[in-house]
Amino acid sequence: MSLFDHLVIFPVLIPFFVAVALLFPSLNNSLAKQRVLTIAANILMVVVAFVLLLKVKDQGIQVYALGDWSAPFGIVLMADAFSVLMVCLSAILGLAVTMYASAGEDKNGAFFHPLIMFQLMGINGAFLTGDAFNLFVFFEVLLIASYSLMMHGGGKQRIQANIHYVFLNLIGSALFLFALGTLYGTLGTLNFADMADKIPLLSRNELLITKSGALLLLAVFGLKAAMLPLHFWLPKAYASTSAPVAALFAIMTKVGVYSIWRVHGVIFGDQAGELANIALPWLWPIALLTIAIGAISVLASQSLRVLCSNLVIVSVGTLLVTISLNTVQASTAGIYYLLHSTVACAAMFLLAGLIQQQRGKAEDRFVTARSMPQASILGFIFALLAIGLIGMPPLSGFVGKALILQSVTKASQAIWIWPLILGAGLITLIALSRAGTSLFWRTTGENTSALKGHPMQYLAIGLLVAILPLMVIFGGAVSNYAQLAAEQLNAGLSLQQLNEVAK
Amino acid sequence: MELVYAVCVGFMSACGIFLMLRGHTFTLVIGLTLLSYAVNLFLFASGGLTIGAPAVLNGSENYADPLPQALVLTAIVIGFAMTAFAVILAMRGRSDLGNDHVDGTEPFDRLAVEEKS
Repeated sequence: MSLFDHLVIFPVLIPFFVAVALLFPSLNNSLAKQRVLTIAANILMVVVAFVLLLKVKDQGIQVYALGDWSAPFGIVLMADAFSVLMVCLSAILGLAVTMYASAGEDKNGAFFHPLIMFQLMGINGAFLTGDAFNLFVFFEVLLIASYSLMMHGGGKQRIQANIHYVFLNLIGSALFLFALGTLYGTLGTLNFADMADKIPLLSRNELLITKSGALLLLAVFGLKAAMLPLHFWLPKAYASTSAPVAALFAIMTKVGVYSIWRVHGVIFGDQAGELANIALPWLWPIALLTIAIGAISVLASQSLRVLCSNLVIVSVGTLLVTISLNTVQASTAGIYYLLHSTVACAAMFLLAGLIQQQRGKAEDRFVTARSMPQASILGFIFALLAIGLIGMPPLSGFVGKALILQSVTKASQAIWIWPLILGAGLITLIALSRAGTSLFWRTTGENTSALKGHPMQYLAIGLLVAILPLMVIFGGAVSNYAQLAAEQLNAGLSLQQLNEVAK
Repeated sequence: MELVYAVCVGFMSACGIFLMLRGHTFTLVIGLTLLSYAVNLFLFASGGLTIGAPAVLNGSENYADPLPQALVLTAIVIGFAMTAFAVILAMRGRSDLGNDHVDGTEPFDRLAVEEKS
């Protein structure tokens, strides 16, 4: 076997080995070396992710049986178009975040770089894993790294928000295990492909138990994805942590959405016999409510980071809508929108960090304060990101939202979805214009003392902002790939096919 | 045996959930510990309960399902790590915020105020 055959596991192994290497004294004592190594590792991860992307496009789904033990008893990693796309996203996000943090944010506490690497390992693993128990394990890896990252730099507010975040997630993990135990009890397997095969064969009295397990799993993923009513932890947690960490967290809610997609959209999808689409009756109203409440909270936000956290909630709601539409076309639109919203929200969090740094005591609150030393360039980036987040042409937000609106075919669904999504866009427009005017125009005199942004910070934001127009220019290629991902996701994979691909 | 086992798991989770609803990090940690023990027992039972049989596929007729045991082992390790983290976080929160309420401040208690005045 050549190295090329092992490509699937690289997005998990690279961050792991780099993180372990970073813990050795010779690297741990020198911040400069750590920065170089993490940025290099992240560039390598972007390259690996893109090679994997092309490989999946050419050769179809890649399955990697760890230790060559075949499923369902062995552990398999599965790279289909959707998971590879998500790995690409996390690699790009990781690169931007480490670049931004290398400008000085990583000095505020210990072990920033290894923790980022461990978190990326967990995120990539969660996307690539082929069975539910490893999903749990990778969730824990990414969560325990995120607990420490969230507190990076310390401070009363962070500790307080972190207590909520950590304990809620610990309860979520316990429920996750209960759900897995329930499913294992009836299905006798936790491999995604095998589960999908066995669900139609369940006997009558096992159905109810399996159903409760599946819905418990929905609650757990809903907590991670911040879907209503499990979203209360998010604004405080994201708004009180440091900018690069918040930007990396922009993908964490998407891990939850991804899991809902994979488990409730596919395993309990159309072919699941009596348990087909059990999550849909729940997802449908929850998704719409998430958008509505998210939009209201956007309007009520008092600072840029809180506003941006609420935009994350709105985007989660929009994605849940595309899941509950349950068609290939809707999934395609959803995947495209997922890429866009993650990048845009992450860039906005990074920008909020710069604004906060330049406004001194006023931070990023919408109050009159001294003007920023680099107000013009920050204002320009803010306007660009606002256009993307609102969903105005010509950036990718418009394409994403247009695709979603287009994928709603039934009039009964359109009555609910169109006004909500367009209304949320309008509210975002109002809130972001208000934010922009008060941040950039309501100023009193020059501010000379504040720190100017480091070129690396601008480079990191620029990297993310550049993706928004690129997703429009290469819109055909991206949406074609998203469609491939949606088709592969929808078709699912039986255990037999899985083992054949693994050979 | 099944009944006793189920009652134990149920009772432990109920106690855990009750403690977690108290709103103080100390009880929260204890509650979480109880809940994670309940989870581990529950996972054990998910493969079916067997007595006097090894969890190895050694060719004999009678064996316990080995997979849940592997799952429990992983869950225990993760559970311990998480509990350790939660304890340290609770201590840090207690020292930084001055009390061990999860919201950082004790909620307003009218009875206590009346008693004082």
